[in-house]
Amino acid sequence: MSTGFRPTRDGIVAEFDPAEVSILRSLVEMVLGLVEPGETGDDPLERALGIGVAAEAPPDDPVLARLFPSAYQDEKEAAEFRRYTEASLREGKRADARTMLETAVPGKMALTREQAEAWVRALNDVRLTLGTRLEVTEEIHEEIAEMSEDDPRYPAFVTYDWLTYLQDTLVRALW
Amino acid sequence: MPSTAPVEIERPDSDVRPDLPWLTIVWNDPVNLMSYVTYVFQTVFGYPRAKAEKLMMDVHHKGKAVVASGTREEMERDVQILHSYGLWATVQQDSA
Repeated sequence: MSTGFRPTRDGIVAEFDPAEVSILRSLVEMVLGLVEPGETGDDPLERALGIGVAAEAPPDDPVLARLFPSAYQDEKEAAEFRRYTEASLREGKRADARTMLETAVPGKMALTREQAEAWVRALNDVRLTLGTRLEVTEEIHEEIAEMSEDDPRYPAFVTYDWLTYLQDTLVRALW
Repeated sequence: MPSTAPVEIERPDSDVRPDLPWLTIVWNDPVNLMSYVTYVFQTVFGYPRAKAEKLMMDVHHKGKAVVASGTREEMERDVQILHSYGLWATVQQDSA
């Protein structure tokens, strides 16, 4: 099992076996599937500025609501903020996910700082997605320790825990 | 939670400017890691590690923390960047 990321002279390095890479790729693809490209209007100026056409209401899906939180408590102000920011936020998340897909390979992998920064955000989006679906709490470690391995939720919780470990090593490698 | 830290005299925070009444608030959530939140505060605001950690602990223990203050436009830009990192951040006018 991967020991996570470490800073080296050749960049930020990690080693993954093929099964781990396949898990990482499928989870990132899941996020890419959820985060559709930002939709802007036909107006060239609005498109250039990333001003969206719809996306004014907070998403119904709790995962999307967590990935794209309301910036204001007031609904009208939150909607206006969404209209001006959500398309570029979507594009940023998709770009981070694509960087992860392009660089995730089995064996030894060395990331530039810029790629590692995309990875740390993309891993966070995967954890937010999985964590929201699994309704994790801050006591996740204790929950897993008490969970039976036959529990249908067990594999997902263990995967989440592994992603948490990976992300933590990546943050420390970036510090 | 008991604290082993020495008692410190509260000093006004140089980055929180009371004359500019808009605030960026970060809310606690069960997913974002303590290390990651600290890293984000350092990266986004250029805060030193100790200050970023203190703000992270405030979010963790108090449920939320004011991480920046300034004009409304500045706070909206901060919140947009924090959202790109997956933090749960909001803008509000200082009610004090």
